[in-house]
Amino acid sequence: MDILSWTYLIVGITFALYIGIAIWSKAGSTKEFYVAGGGISPLANGMATAADWMSAASFISMAGLISFSGYDGSVYLMGWTGGYVLLALLLAPYLRKFGKFTVPAFIGDRYYSNTARTVAVVAALFVSFTYVAGQMRGVGVVFGRYLEPLLSSIEIFGLDNTGKGVVIGMVVVFFYAVIGGMKGITYTQVAQFCVLIFAFMVPAIFLSMMLVDSPIPQIGFGGKVADGSYLLDRLDGVLTELGFSAYTEGSRSTIDIFCITAALMLGTAGLPHVIVRFFTVPKVRDARKSAGYALAFIAILYTTAPAVAAFGMYNMLESIQNKEVSELPQWVSNWRETGLIAIQDKNSDGKVQYASDATQNELTIDKDIMVLANPEIAQLPNWVIGLVAAGGLAAALSTAAGLLLVISTSISHDLIKMQINPAISEKGELLAARAAAVGAVILAGYFGIHPPDYVAAVVALAFGLASASFFPALLMGIFSKKMNKEGAVSGMIAGLGLTLFYILKFKFGLFGGGGPEAYWFGVSPEGFGLFGTLINFVVAFCVSRLTPLPPEHISDLVEHIRVPKGAGQAMDH
Amino acid sequence: MKDRTGYWKKNLRLLTILLSVWFIVSFGFGILFVDVLNTVRIGGFKLGFWFAQQGSIYVFIALIFIYVQRMNRLEKEYDLDE
Repeated sequence: MDILSWTYLIVGITFALYIGIAIWSKAGSTKEFYVAGGGISPLANGMATAADWMSAASFISMAGLISFSGYDGSVYLMGWTGGYVLLALLLAPYLRKFGKFTVPAFIGDRYYSNTARTVAVVAALFVSFTYVAGQMRGVGVVFGRYLEPLLSSIEIFGLDNTGKGVVIGMVVVFFYAVIGGMKGITYTQVAQFCVLIFAFMVPAIFLSMMLVDSPIPQIGFGGKVADGSYLLDRLDGVLTELGFSAYTEGSRSTIDIFCITAALMLGTAGLPHVIVRFFTVPKVRDARKSAGYALAFIAILYTTAPAVAAFGMYNMLESIQNKEVSELPQWVSNWRETGLIAIQDKNSDGKVQYASDATQNELTIDKDIMVLANPEIAQLPNWVIGLVAAGGLAAALSTAAGLLLVISTSISHDLIKMQINPAISEKGELLAARAAAVGAVILAGYFGIHPPDYVAAVVALAFGLASASFFPALLMGIFSKKMNKEGAVSGMIAGLGLTLFYILKFKFGLFGGGGPEAYWFGVSPEGFGLFGTLINFVVAFCVSRLTPLPPEHISDLVEHIRVPKGAGQAMDH
Repeated sequence: MKDRTGYWKKNLRLLTILLSVWFIVSFGFGILFVDVLNTVRIGGFKLGFWFAQQGSIYVFIALIFIYVQRMNRLEKEYDLDE
């Protein structure tokens, strides 16, 4: 069978599976819709969290990003895993003990204030919408790349192929997020994790065997290549010769690396769609264990990606650099057709020169190639290519669904049920949750089809805002009995405001804009979340010392969430 | 029932120790002292680079499971387990 038939078959089977699971696990109550009934095993929740967490960017783009930045890429590896330690040790068990459905619910109750609740809802909506727009776009891009002939043959509202891909993605997400709620999403995410991790590992293992003769990429990463030198030494040597910085050293300043890593870690621990996953397990001890499983599952991909990155760079240097244009391997010409690899023989010597000097460089490569072209480079059978397509879609859809749930819950529970209409019936609230999910899917789809110019800057924004708003408010809510509503609210607003200002200034050119030379302390916008977080802590501390202590029952509440006994099920009241 | 303050104090001590390790392997070995560690080699890896792209992640997983196990024991001791 050819590549296209395999892709149709595998993507078709996985989609049927997701929709089947959604119908089987239809949510019948708000509790099932919000937290999957609170009865998910820690292992299943670990897998679901891993799928929720690993987006299209982790699956398709991260290895390529590391490939072209070498050591500097470590910020993503440490930043997007280290946050789980903070979650497991500082937040998840206590928030699970608290036992409500959402993150704004904790902030609203702990800080005995609907103002705090509203600030948290706004922050949750902001973070989730910025994040989900990128995911829907990712679904469209993956579809456009793999199912191009199918998409070209159908007509949907006169959209381009990426736009049609987004619409198909919306329909699938609609099915299992709107019907199944958290229950449907959880079981679908378990299936999606299996698909995506299998799809990522198969090519990586074969590539590792081919290049460094080791079936374990994590070990092959430090292995020897064909000419007997170590892979990483070889990369360092060739890249410095071409005028780039050494692969294992990178070029960013230490302070920038430090701040970006910290901001990504704090942001991870503050992202509502990740935190809410730990509300679905039965007990406090399960929340801890589940975070451990989640990180272990995430680490399978995150420790393989840097190996894939190095293999990819080695392959590219070996098979393209300084080779005759007419004698390039087949996979290069295949991908040249898609425009992801572009070669321009500037000095007309018939060879390809890769160089750091833009006037001499003749090779432009899209970073996604490092994952997408792997099956062909390793000469794997056609079904593996179909599998990689299904893996990319699983990664994008699972993350999108998790985010959509946070959006719909924030509206139906934290706004409607808790503030606008507390008398709403269970049935009415469930209906509101589904309606909000429908609205969110449509809005996210709109942003996927008409992406704002800032999709690339979204990561900085979502993580920066999550770290500067939620992380300190949650942490102080658990570890400080003296933290009051005045402190928490002003801290969140200060942290959120400053981070937003910095990112808008340096990423979007507002407030006078400015380039890297104008960065405060040399910290790029991606790393500014660390400062936003610190400002939040400082402002909250100072304000809380000048204003009245929280009432007695709050002190009892904090006492109550600090011990695991009597957690019971996640409840409404 | 034993004193809950004791339980909380022990929890905080455990957290301090584990988070120090968390900080040292990632921000310490992987970032601040990466150049010093890079002078040491293990097979094909420079040690600092290995911590930044592999080692720190393995340590993170170990830290969570150590915390799980210690807390379960602590909760039994103070009769606070579910």
